Amino acid sequence: MKEKVLPKKFHAEGCPLLRVLDLCKRFGDKTVLDGVWLEVWRGSVFTVLGSSGAGKSVLLKCIAGVEKPDCGVVEFYGEKLDFRRRSHRQEFRRRCSFLFQGNALFDSLTAVENVGLPLEQTTRLSDGEIRRRSLAALEQLDLLEHSNHFPSQLSGGMQKRLALARALVTQPEMVFFDEPTAGLDPLRRNAVFGMIAKYRMQFGFTAVVVTHDVQEALITSDYVALLEHGRIRFSGTPQEFHESELPVVVSFRESTAALRNLLVAIQAGEHISPDEEE
Amino acid sequence: MILLGEEVCAKMVGNLGKFFWITVSEFGDFTLFLFRTVAGVIGSRRLMRRVWRAIYEQGVLCLPVVVIVGLFTGLVLGLQGYYVLNRFGSETLLGALVSLSLTREMAPVLAALVLVGQAGSALAAELGIQRNSEQILALETMGVNSYGYLVTPRILSALVVFPMQTAIFVIVGLWGGWISGSWILGLDAGVYWSSIEKAIEMRDVRESFLKAAVFGFLCIGVCAHQGYNAHRCGLRGAKAVSFSTTRAVVVSSVLILATDYVITSFLIS
Repeated sequence: MKEKVLPKKFHAEGCPLLRVLDLCKRFGDKTVLDGVWLEVWRGSVFTVLGSSGAGKSVLLKCIAGVEKPDCGVVEFYGEKLDFRRRSHRQEFRRRCSFLFQGNALFDSLTAVENVGLPLEQTTRLSDGEIRRRSLAALEQLDLLEHSNHFPSQLSGGMQKRLALARALVTQPEMVFFDEPTAGLDPLRRNAVFGMIAKYRMQFGFTAVVVTHDVQEALITSDYVALLEHGRIRFSGTPQEFHESELPVVVSFRESTAALRNLLVAIQAGEHISPDEEE
Repeated sequence: MILLGEEVCAKMVGNLGKFFWITVSEFGDFTLFLFRTVAGVIGSRRLMRRVWRAIYEQGVLCLPVVVIVGLFTGLVLGLQGYYVLNRFGSETLLGALVSLSLTREMAPVLAALVLVGQAGSALAAELGIQRNSEQILALETMGVNSYGYLVTPRILSALVVFPMQTAIFVIVGLWGGWISGSWILGLDAGVYWSSIEKAIEMRDVRESFLKAAVFGFLCIGVCAHQGYNAHRCGLRGAKAVSFSTTRAVVVSSVLILATDYVITSFLIS
């Protein structure tokens, strides 16, 4: 099955695991993605930065095939993905997992049932084996004692780990994280980024993270890209991001300093226009 | 003045065209949805487990309401029927009146309306929330057929539960008719039950079950369709869920009455 779908370059060295070429997406008159180019290398943590509404989540959904792009190509192991073809769709989804902003856990299922859901529905494993694997995944994420709890009985951090356990139980090669720290306090934010780094080492997956938490992303990522107004404005290592003189990168990087300046100006009684506030 | 009239006419024609276009596209979308749901049987793993769960939701949880509505329907039918028949000296036919009314019309229609109000609205709301919280999207990213996982079991269970609930409605309704006709108003119980035995034919029971199964398929289909596509109504969040749930109940209820007329006219002719 594996070789049938991705025959030639499956084990190709020097080929990015995922490549996005000229991806476009429009919603009515609004252009959300306007020719996005990306390369994600195997085993790396790749972070897409961008302000709210920049199109980061749409980009992730287009790559994962749950949103249909208007133009552009997504390549996986150098092979063009065609989500209209069932074999491509199934193969890509077998190898990749998606962690949603709101975790997307099923309220009516217990923790162990939530984790076992993808195995139950997409494999022919026995019930016992599914339970064994699900419990193993829960144990690895320190959730074993909560295996019979419902998601509503777990804390926000535990829910995040439970969602990650579900994403990892199929042993994916790549995991997409859609705003994993949205709405979390700084301590939990650090914990989530720490969790991604820790489990990436443990499970060896490639991570594509979409976030607007610059500092945490720069510490934990191998590569970062900055998405603004539907285009990638910067792509490189965190070190290059720190050193970049591109105005868009500088303004994003120094957003904390900009806030400090704004507060100083407000305290000094200066008139601040809404544009400046933004 | 003439120009104003032309404008109004153009607007009316435009609105009519828009309404027609929306109706046709909605119908097409619903048909496609039902097709995908039926196709969801293929390749959907551990389907029967989810069917049992759906049977529990639609059957066991809705049973008390079906029993209460059935009982009161029978009580009222017995009461009204007795006084109407008494005018013509035919109160001995009360059993026939109650049983035929219940079996042919009232039980399938009222049981379906009760089930739409309870199980259908719950399904629309549940799917709407699952759409909102990206659970349906999550299923798709896991490679799970969301139609087969979420909707197909509900439709399959509706094909079983709606006729069963209709049968229970008829039985409880007959006892309701007996309470008001014989127990309260003094009609001989033997006369009442023998009148039922003579009036009811197997054809009536078959018609009743057929109606119930069709109502189940359509109503649960409509409710699931509305909930599954809650994001398409132009609203977001709780508003979208409330809108889709209300719409599911309204459309299903109207559909039950319209389909009832169509099926009855076919079966009678």
